[in-house]
Amino acid sequence: MIEARGLSKRYGDKVAVDDLSFMVRPGRVTGFLGPNGAGKTTTMRMILGLDRPTAGSVTVNGKHFAGLYSAMREVGALLDATAVHGGRSAYRHLLCLAQTNSIPRSRVNEVIGIVGLEDVAGKRSKGFSLGMSQRLGIAAALLGDPDVLMFDEPVNGLDPEGIRWIRLLMRSLAAEGRTVFVSSHLMSEMENTADHLIVIGRGKLIADCPMAEFIADATAQASVVKTPDDQKLADAVDAAGGSVQRDQAGELTVRGLPAERVGELALAHGILLHYLAPARVSLEEAFMELTADSVEYQAKMEG
Amino acid sequence: MTTATVPARPARIRAVPPASRRPGLPGTLRSELTKILSVRSTYWTLLAQAVASIGWSVLFCEGTISHGAGPDFNAAQASLTGQVALGELVIVVLGALVITSEYSTGMIRTSLAVMPRRAVLYTAKAMVFAAVTLTMSLVTSFVDFFVGQAILSSKHLNTTLAQPDVLRAVLLSAAIVTVFGLFAYGAGALIRHTAGAITAMLGMIFLIPLLAQALPTPWYQSIQRWLPGGSALSPIPSSAPAHSPFLFSAWGEFGVFCGYAAVLLVIGAWSFIRRDA
Repeated sequence: MIEARGLSKRYGDKVAVDDLSFMVRPGRVTGFLGPNGAGKTTTMRMILGLDRPTAGSVTVNGKHFAGLYSAMREVGALLDATAVHGGRSAYRHLLCLAQTNSIPRSRVNEVIGIVGLEDVAGKRSKGFSLGMSQRLGIAAALLGDPDVLMFDEPVNGLDPEGIRWIRLLMRSLAAEGRTVFVSSHLMSEMENTADHLIVIGRGKLIADCPMAEFIADATAQASVVKTPDDQKLADAVDAAGGSVQRDQAGELTVRGLPAERVGELALAHGILLHYLAPARVSLEEAFMELTADSVEYQAKMEG
Repeated sequence: MTTATVPARPARIRAVPPASRRPGLPGTLRSELTKILSVRSTYWTLLAQAVASIGWSVLFCEGTISHGAGPDFNAAQASLTGQVALGELVIVVLGALVITSEYSTGMIRTSLAVMPRRAVLYTAKAMVFAAVTLTMSLVTSFVDFFVGQAILSSKHLNTTLAQPDVLRAVLLSAAIVTVFGLFAYGAGALIRHTAGAITAMLGMIFLIPLLAQALPTPWYQSIQRWLPGGSALSPIPSSAPAHSPFLFSAWGEFGVFCGYAAVLLVIGAWSFIRRDA
């Protein structure tokens, strides 16, 4: 269990994390989503006590990170897979971490087996591919067999097989009753992995809801309509607080209103509909829409 | 907030035995020993220290044999000056590296995520570095001494460990190298940048004494003993009782450098513990 209360961090004038409150519960994978620069890494650094919050606090299992009895047995974290001394062999790297918390050598060999690095354990990690580095970082996180696991963008730069492996690993860790907190800037990565979502943008909390609810909301609020009376329908939808977009095929995509409501509006205004169907808005689109106002660096598109 | 209904789950079988004590200094010392012995830079710097200090001893003592001993000649000093003058320069690199490499590689984030008690980590790192360095420096100091004396013995200029203050000179030469390394460690914790920390150290050891020499002579003489390098180091590898009226004894000068190192270690600790990693 991770609990943040009014967590804030500012670097000079720049607010990285702004009054963030949330809870990450055990037994499920919680996706931590936000565009690049939204404050995900900073939040994770504060959870680990690497950065001191400017205001508010965050606890793990009810305690500040530095106050945990045996940090490795309670929290395993992968922040940056390349954050290792490249001159040290994978085995020695894991061993020096294990020794701090009196974790036996046998466990070092065990986690090397879990992540499948047996063949390169004696090699210096300098020569590792990104995928191998990610596995080494995950091995480090698993060393203490902790109840809480945090992964910052764990699938960055991985091949499809690696992505699938991490996905299955996170699911199985959560199924064992652990708290799994994983960040990403891509909704598509979370779609099949996360049970719960915490979405932030510009350091602020945007959404904190179950994945199913997020999907339901996203799909319930959009529909595709075909009508000869484009303008009339657009006016009606507009007045009701929705928005309409016309594509080249002459179909209208209505957002912000459930499909039933669109049908009611058409009836009330006597608009002929050729068809009306709930739209299959991709989660990526829903996520983009949700965070559109909070994207730190946005490319301007012509047209 | 509603109470979450978590289905009853059988207790997970723990893959790791629980900690019998709260993880602290003993485990972190083991960890830091693993760290320092598992990277090549440690071996390279220690080898460089041995080569530099033994090489100096050989060259200096051979020179004394061929040119003859001057009035200030001290047999212990002839064989040990290299350790103090050169060995310290090499060890400064290792002292800075053990901490700055954590920042340059990002390893510090991993280290603190497994040992969030920063004072423990800082102390363990310093202790392991000091132990490794002191051990190796003692070895090289004795080698310096015996090699140098073997060369000097051809002209019967040599001394032995049984003579007054000779053993002290050998031991303090090793110790002062370690203290300089610790100074660099403190600087590394403060500056967090290898080149920056080493430059700051070299500036201190070379530049400050050099600039001080530009002062009017009486001023220089009154501060000479307090300088962090230069002639203030000369009593340490020497077994001669009095070196200069403007310097402390070997123990006194050793104390001065320990003082510098202590101040920087404390500032480094403050920086290490307080600043975001």
